[in-house]
Amino acid sequence: MGLLSSRVSITRYKVEGELQAPVVESVANILKENAIVDIDEGDTEKRVGWTSFDNPFRPVFENSSFVVGPYLIFSLRIDKKTIPPKIIKKQYETEMANRLAESGRNYLARDEKKLIKEEVTRILAIRIPATPHVYDLIWNYEASLVWFFSTLASANTELEELFFHSFNLPLIRLFPYTMADLLPGLSDKERDVLATLSPTDFME
Amino acid sequence: MLDVSVSYNRYKFLGFEFLTWLWFLIDNDQETIKKTVPGEASLAIGNRIVLVNTRKDAVETVLIKGEEADLQEGIVAMRKGAVVAEVNLSYRNGDQEWRFTLKGESLGVSDLVPPATAPPESPEDAEGVFLEKVYLYESVLALIDKIFQHFIKERVSPDWNRTMVPRIRKWISS
Repeated sequence: MGLLSSRVSITRYKVEGELQAPVVESVANILKENAIVDIDEGDTEKRVGWTSFDNPFRPVFENSSFVVGPYLIFSLRIDKKTIPPKIIKKQYETEMANRLAESGRNYLARDEKKLIKEEVTRILAIRIPATPHVYDLIWNYEASLVWFFSTLASANTELEELFFHSFNLPLIRLFPYTMADLLPGLSDKERDVLATLSPTDFME
Repeated sequence: MLDVSVSYNRYKFLGFEFLTWLWFLIDNDQETIKKTVPGEASLAIGNRIVLVNTRKDAVETVLIKGEEADLQEGIVAMRKGAVVAEVNLSYRNGDQEWRFTLKGESLGVSDLVPPATAPPESPEDAEGVFLEKVYLYESVLALIDKIFQHFIKERVSPDWNRTMVPRIRKWISS
């Protein structure tokens, strides 16, 4: 569900810290350095990187193309090769039968079986194209806020890791406690009370 | 601030209480709702509520869905100790309607359907459409912040246990 879809899901983050000025140039350079690289041709099974919001399969971060008004817009792309276990099993058993026939033995050692499985998986990974998963994000730099257009736990974890790795800025996910603590309006005394709260019993 | 993963788990009850309180307000105290929504806007329960009861060894989940669903089953579940874990809401402002689901544990917004926007007629329109979408998302996220802020102020005040909890208990048991 991209940010222009008719139905979206949003996880919000607070960004801690600032980038070196000029910000747009810094962001462009960082996005280019950490842009997704296709894994279709190799045996890599998974890769995570940044991509363009408007062209997710040919990332371009030139000419402030990712800036709209006060917002920085780009996408997280996770490419993953999913090899069906039954295909691995079939290839693995075929290869084991070949090895046994070639060696004249009637068994293979555990290490040999492990190596065969790894080799079969590697060869299949070269042949199977990666499935791309694209998640949009909006970064309101001035407000230090990021809206990530997914509530999927795995995608959020990848975002938090890649964002920190790329920009060296931690993302604080906004959930009940962090929202309560970061929202304006609470006095220091009220914040102390917040830290000591325990669940309410609504049953009489 | 506490470690994020520790505070997520330790205080997720705040999100469940927030949604329980919000349902109570929608049902019983539109005056308070009016203070948090702009102008003549309104907030109502949508087509889905999920309640969880963790009082027993196994977590019990009650799901109520459908446009005309009878929410009484949810009240019954709360009488047994359940709290609201997820709720679908309808926010109306003028002739525009936003539908969205709030999850108590994370306060993540899912299935957000904002008012329809016209598709871009040319590449030059794309930026305008984008900014309109962002404005529509911003409207509902600001609303959530405002209501949550109201809740948390009340939750940390002595009035929570003195006034609000007895009111919610009365609502649940009536």
